Amino acid sequence: MKQRKISKTNVVNFSTYLGMVIFFLVMTALSKAGVLNRSMTGLLVPICCYMSMAVSLNLTVGILGELSLGHAGFMSVGAFAGVIASQSLLDVVPSAGLRLTIAMIVGALFATVAGFIVGAPVLRLQGDYLAIVTLAFGEIIKELVTCLIVGHDENGLHILFNLTGNKTVEDLGLSDTGIAIIKGAQGTASVKTIASFTAGFILVMVTLFIVLNLKHSRAGRAIMALRDNRIATSSIGINTTKYKLMAFVTSAALAGAAGALYGLNYSSLQAAKFNFNTSILVLVFVVLGGLGNIWGSLVAAAALTILPEALREFADYRMLVYAIVLILVMLATHNPTLQSFFARLKPGKKEEKEAA
Amino acid sequence: MEFLSYLISGISLGSIYAIIALGYTMVYGIAKMLNFAHGDIIMIGGYVSFCSMYYLNLPPIVATLLAVIACTVLGIVIERLAYAPLRSAPSLAVLITAIGVSYFLQNSALLIWKAAAKTYPPVVAGAVQLFNGQLTISYISLLTIAACIVIMLALTTFVSKSKMGKAMRACSEDKGAAQLMGINVNSTISATFAIGSALAAIAGVLLCSFNTSLMPTTGSMPGIKAFTAAVFGGIGSIPGAFLGGLLLGIIEALAKAYISTQLANSIVFAVLIVVLLVKPAGLLGKIVPEKV
Repeated sequence: MKQRKISKTNVVNFSTYLGMVIFFLVMTALSKAGVLNRSMTGLLVPICCYMSMAVSLNLTVGILGELSLGHAGFMSVGAFAGVIASQSLLDVVPSAGLRLTIAMIVGALFATVAGFIVGAPVLRLQGDYLAIVTLAFGEIIKELVTCLIVGHDENGLHILFNLTGNKTVEDLGLSDTGIAIIKGAQGTASVKTIASFTAGFILVMVTLFIVLNLKHSRAGRAIMALRDNRIATSSIGINTTKYKLMAFVTSAALAGAAGALYGLNYSSLQAAKFNFNTSILVLVFVVLGGLGNIWGSLVAAAALTILPEALREFADYRMLVYAIVLILVMLATHNPTLQSFFARLKPGKKEEKEAA
Repeated sequence: MEFLSYLISGISLGSIYAIIALGYTMVYGIAKMLNFAHGDIIMIGGYVSFCSMYYLNLPPIVATLLAVIACTVLGIVIERLAYAPLRSAPSLAVLITAIGVSYFLQNSALLIWKAAAKTYPPVVAGAVQLFNGQLTISYISLLTIAACIVIMLALTTFVSKSKMGKAMRACSEDKGAAQLMGINVNSTISATFAIGSALAAIAGVLLCSFNTSLMPTTGSMPGIKAFTAAVFGGIGSIPGAFLGGLLLGIIEALAKAYISTQLANSIVFAVLIVVLLVKPAGLLGKIVPEKV
């Protein structure tokens, strides 16, 4: 009988999926058994959101090779679009699961549009210039959302753009049964929190499925060729703009879905949450996990989301310790002297990268 | 008259951005890294000068000098400990390390000086009245503008005329070739960080005098803005950073006054995006053709 040979890529992919399934099962079992404390259980959904964010950003930074500093902007678009969708459909769609799905799809759609608007002009730029423009877009999206006041009643959605900063929810003219959804700088208000760890798990699996399949498709190879040498790629007739945009918009859409889940995990959320620091946080996951390394992003996202919580006993010092750990890990994984030292420890074996 | 006063406040804010951006652009030009910790060095400079004025009752000029010395030392130490070991690593790794350093500085400041904002006494008080008191210009604005122009001119002369400046230009062009010509690349990079951090300290004193408040996060937004200014003018170019900083400050002040306070930053960033789309290397940057 002829045995089918399984390629190394497939093994890595399957172990990534399998690892995620195991993580889900173990965490569910632990929280059912009551081993996890409350703060840990509260972290499960954010961990899934950040995993999804990290994998999607890895598509832009690791696979496409363009530095993006505004990934939180797309998350923000997804979060607020998703919350609006979910809150307006409260009476129409009673099932929480279905509403969450709709919210995540709406979030992804809006983020796709935002990704397209940002990506189409911006991807003509390169390197640090592209990075600064994505940073700028992230900040612009944050400020625009801060100006939004949205409410819903039986007449439909009421949207107000608060340019001068002196309008409030009263100016929307909602009827008595109406609810305010976004109150400008105060963010979303009294959202029905319908996010669950299962939904988060499904989101991460879908994200993995999309990104891994894209990476190993014809389009993915074109994208990676672009990263390695743009001129050579365009010289063999590959449409560089199309593939750049494809990677960028896919990444934005996935971030939007993650944002919707994140937004529906909290009863109140401000636009200021999705600032430059959040973009950087996700970038740290990607770089620590290894550029282009999908499972690395997953591990780094989970580990670094838990780390500040695990460092709780250091109280005031925890962010300081976090910073030191970050610097030391970067030095340990990228310093040539240390790398050759590690390589010598394991003779004949390629030294393994520390994920986190 | 109203317009003129907004314009002047814009120019003095822009001068602060320009001073920070000059440091940013020098470091970028030579180390080819986005130093995200630059904004936090500004904050440290602010705190050092605040402490020496408030607790030690030193005159402002001595306080500024102390801040400059402290930040210069800090800049060199950071470069040696965190950035130098990563010189051959991919630029993203250095970027993340810089972010780590930035978190470190911010949280150290949080532990030492606590989160509450401190009221910063301006280093120079008073204002000059023009046109029968219709236009008031504070001395601190004038001082900021003057300091910015002096620093820009001094830096341009230093980089184009002195031996160290020549070494810096050589290193930013090609590190390997510079080393072969007998230039000590490591000490040149250290010197660049020292200059950048000294400028950040001066900017810190001026910024805190301008805002009259000081917090551990004081430096982050001006840091990002100054980075934007440096890119706006063409990163790596000294006159570019000056021009970019000034324009950014003016746009921000006018947008705040006439369009919307809430969206002022967005307008600044939108202008940046439009400029970069038209001139992809910034206002005064050179487009370097890619060799195939």
